[in-house]
Parts: sequence; C-alpha cells; structure tokens
Amino acid sequence: MFAGRKLTLGQMGSGQTGTIIRILGGRGLNRRLEALGVRPGKKVTKISTMMFNGPVTLRTDHTQIAVGFGMAQRILVELDKPA
Amino acid sequence: MKILLMGNPNVGKSVLFSRLTGTRTIASNYPGTTVGFTRGSLRLGQEQAEIIDVPGTYTLQPTSKAEEVAAEMLKEGDLIINVVDATNLERNLNLTLQLLESKVPVIIALNMWDDTRHKGINIDVGRLQELLGVPVVPTVGVTGQGISELVSRLHEATALQVSYATSDERWAKIGDIVGQVQSLSHRHHTWREVLEDASSHPVAGVAIAVVVLIASFLVIRFIGEGTINYITDPLFNRLWTPLLMKLSLLLGSGGFWHDILVGKLINGQIDYYQSLGLLSTGLYIEFGVVIPYIVAFYFVLGILEDIGYLPRLAVLMDTLLHRLGLHGYAIIPTILGFGCNVPAIMATRILESRRERFIAATLVSIAVPCAALQAMIVGLVGKYGIQYVAIVYGSLFISWIVIGLILNRVMRGFSPEMIMEIPPYRLPPWRVIGSKLWLRIYSFIKEALPIVTGAVFVVNILYMLNIFDYIANITAPVITGLMGLPKDTVVALAVGFLRKDVAMGMLAPLGLTAKQLVISATLLAMSFPCVATFAVLARELGIVDMLKATGIMMVTALVFGILLNLIL
Repeated sequence: MFAGRKLTLGQMGSGQTGTIIRILGGRGLNRRLEALGVRPGKKVTKISTMMFNGPVTLRTDHTQIAVGFGMAQRILVELDKPA
Repeated sequence: MKILLMGNPNVGKSVLFSRLTGTRTIASNYPGTTVGFTRGSLRLGQEQAEIIDVPGTYTLQPTSKAEEVAAEMLKEGDLIINVVDATNLERNLNLTLQLLESKVPVIIALNMWDDTRHKGINIDVGRLQELLGVPVVPTVGVTGQGISELVSRLHEATALQVSYATSDERWAKIGDIVGQVQSLSHRHHTWREVLEDASSHPVAGVAIAVVVLIASFLVIRFIGEGTINYITDPLFNRLWTPLLMKLSLLLGSGGFWHDILVGKLINGQIDYYQSLGLLSTGLYIEFGVVIPYIVAFYFVLGILEDIGYLPRLAVLMDTLLHRLGLHGYAIIPTILGFGCNVPAIMATRILESRRERFIAATLVSIAVPCAALQAMIVGLVGKYGIQYVAIVYGSLFISWIVIGLILNRVMRGFSPEMIMEIPPYRLPPWRVIGSKLWLRIYSFIKEALPIVTGAVFVVNILYMLNIFDYIANITAPVITGLMGLPKDTVVALAVGFLRKDVAMGMLAPLGLTAKQLVISATLLAMSFPCVATFAVLARELGIVDMLKATGIMMVTALVFGILLNLIL
C-alpha cells in the first residue's frame, strides 16, 4: 500500500489510517454519517471488516463506528504516510 | 417548568436523570436504551420542575423514530440540560450548536468527565464555557459528581439563538472550539481497548461471541436452578405447604373457595403443579419457578448491557440478520425478548423502517420465548432430558430463520444498512446494574401477578362450567388428529393467551409423553402472543399489522406442530 493512495474504506486494510476525502452518496447518507462525526477531512483508522462483506468498524477521534459494507464502499479515503 | 435532558445517544442521560430526580430508570451502555421518554420531577427552591429524559439524538434532523421523538420534544421545553460526552467533544458539540440555535435556554453537563483522564483528553472547561456562551458543568453521572453544582447553576442557562447558514459553517465553528479547549496526550493502549479490537475482529470476535453466549447461558442456568433448589423449593415445601394445609382444613378440604384458593388436593396433598389454586399453583409458578430465572436473566443481561457488549454482537450478526430483512441492531430487541416480549417489541423503535419493525416484532413474538415460559420449559421438558429442550429451542430457531427469509422475500422494500456507534467497554457500574435489576423485577411482578391471578381464577371457573370440554371437542381434529396431542392440551394452549408460564404449568398434570410435551411447548411459544404482547403489538404496529403478525404466528405454530408430530 502506498501513502497518498486513494481507496474506499471497504478496500482499506485493517489497521490502516487515512483521511476522508469524499463521501460518494446523496445528502441523506452524508447527513447520517456527518451526525456520527464521519465527514471529509476526518482522520479514520479502519479496525476490521466482518466476514462475507459484513459491516466495517472504524475509529475516528475517540469513537468506534460500524457501517454496512455498502456504505464503507462509498467513503473515499486517502491513506496516510506510514509513520 | 419543563426541563429537557438532551444529548447524543449513550452519553449517560438516563443515569443523570435518575440522579436528578431520584426516579429509577433503565440505563445501559448502548445507544438507544431510551426509546420513549420518562418524566420525573425536581424541587428547585419553591418550584417543582418537571424533568424529561429525552431519547438520544445526534442531530435535530431525525433519522429514526426515537430521534423524531427528541425533535418533537424540543418544542415543549423551557430549559435544556444538554448532556455532552466529554470524551467525544467534537461530535457532541454538533448537537449542542444546533440546540443553541433554538429559543430555549441551554446549560451543558460535561458528562463522563472521569473517563477523559485515562483516555488522555484534557479539556479547558472555563475556556469552553467562554466560547460557547452558556454554562458548562463537568459531571460524572455514575458517581453523582457535579450534580449539585449542575442544579444550583440551572438558572444561569442562556438562550443564544445563534444561527449557522450551513452545516459546514457549524463544523468550522466546532473545529475552532475543539482546537482551543482540548489537548490530547499520548498514552498506551489499555487492556479494554485490546479487548475492544478483539471483539471487532472477524475471527476472534466470533470466538468471543460464542464464549460470551455460552457463559451467559450457564450463569443464568446456575443462578436460576440454584435459587430454585436451595431457596424457593425449600421455602415452599417447608413453610408454605403446612400453612396451606391448615387453610385447606379451615375451608373444609373442598368446595368453591377451597378450589379457587388452595386448589384440588391430589391424594390428600397439595401438588404445586396440579392443584391449580391461586395460593398453590399460582404463587408457586411465579415465585417458585419463574422469578428465579427472571432474576438470573436480567442480572446477566444487565452486565452485558453495561459493559457495552451488545452493539458488538450486533455488528457480528449483521450479515445473517440482513438475510432476514433486518440489520445487526435488531439483535438488541431479540435479546430483550428472551426476558419479556413486551419491552422487546417496544425496543424495535430503534430500527429505521416500518418494514424492519414489523419483521423484528413478528420474529420476536414467534421465535423468542420469554423468561417465564423458558423457566417452565426447562423445568418441565427438562425432566425428560436436555435433548428434548434442545428440540424446542431448535424448532424456534429454525422458525426464526425461515419466517425471516420468507418475510424478507415477500415484503416490499429493503433493509437499510447498519450505521451505529460502538460504545467503549466499561466496567459494570454495580449501582446501576442493581437498581436496573430491581426495577425490571418489580415491574415483572407488578404486571404479571394480576394476570396470573386472573388466569388461575378464569381456569377454575371454566372448569366448573365445563366450557373446556366444549372447546376441546371442537379443536380435537387438529390437535389430536394432526398433532397427536390429547384434547385436554387445548385448555392449556388457550390459557397461553393469558400467561404462557401458567399454561405450561397446566400441561404438567396431563401425563404427556416427552414428544407430546415438546410439541405443546413449541406450540405455546409460537402461537398467540400473550395478552400483554398482544396489546403492545397493536400499539406499536397498528391493528392491521398486529392481525397480520398473529396470522403468521398461527400458521407457523400449526405447521411446526404437524411437522414435529411427523418427524419425532
């Protein structure tokens, strides 16, 4: 994985960290994610994906949030440089 | 004066509410515990203020039924106590700034203040208060720290009526505030976080779930059975039976009142399963058998809730539940249903669509036996061996899957994707767990006792009038012909409409074979919901959908009754 690469939260590997660039979806999805603090500009760390394309768990600030795989595929993230 | 307690889900509003009012409420460590609203009162000097515990909401633009309630309530408030999770300042302030746009004065309780330190978060409270323009009081709901300061500063609450043109503007303001008041210090991963990550891991998470569920089952069994064997049975046999026998003599060992109160003597003795008197069978079933399991179940549930495990289970179950037209969060009403179906059906309010609520409520009423019924199933069917209990549970599980698959196919619409906050693991606050357990048992007794009494009374009257024979003869072709049950079982099944535990108790004297008992228990669990569940289904789903759900239950019960008769 290269730093600066853009991919969706669904495609990210567990443990990777990046910054949300865009949420590819309508106003409704953007609003629901925003309410939970998931919005462009935020740093996110992916924790895991459940088996069979199950929900993706992520961490932003001090909160863990789980979103369905479909939603995770619509959250576009730019990976951080490895520390 | 009306004071609203508002804030994001799972920030501790309910704990704060019971601190402020002295009223007991149910609080847990997952978002959405409060789906309706609770009122209480607080004395403020001369005045008596009404406090309302509003369901948690992330924003004033509602996305679920529970959040709609919150947005509605805002119109009636005279003062808002905005409860803010200090460990999640940025996200919580989004709601705060929206509340500051309203005409209602706001004061902020910066709750979970004790958690900030071990998370390495430092907040400058004075500066935060200055930047927001309303009073900010650090509080710890669980210990009560800061509560009296909060009360004494209520009058300082201010209405700012600021307004932000766009939500981007609001987030920019939040970013600015957080940047000025919060500093983070580095710290190591705690063992709780290691556990948190493990429970979200696709493989380790499943293993943990299996261990947690098996352990819960064993602990419930251990406490339930232990209480029955060492406390309630000895109490009933040594203390209560002699007293009842004296009463029996006083009443002349027979007659109308004797049979209603003490019941029929079996070989000159009281048999708690067969006598069917109010003070014998009625009391014994509730206090001797059911309550020990109710206590055990709600004790374990309380711990799982407050540690914060249930949302993680929801994430694990999400993929399976999608097949049934639900999403992971539906696991919470389902688990509550194993205690009692009534609160479970109310908890379906946390689901977004009507479709999901219908599916979840129907599945709970068909396939999830309440603790009272389970206690009786374990007690009666278990006598023949654990494998028979397993057949009952297996049938229920299969019906859950099959009905879910069918409903998901047949009903229009789709199941929306899950999106939820996963709370951090917390050590169980014993005070909260204790008062929650007490509240749940108290309301069980309060709601169950009158119905149990009524049920035993009605059964006796109907026996005397020979009405049961009439019903039994009408239904005999189905019950006896297709399901292989003696026609007397109909009586018990009919009583199931009032109370399932009493109904199960009525099967005891019939001398059923293990197979017949398994079939009857499965029928009781699946068919008609009890009268309390019936009422809550009608209220939550509407009459039409309630009737649809009942139809589905009847058909399922019929199909399973016949199949079990053929297979076993």
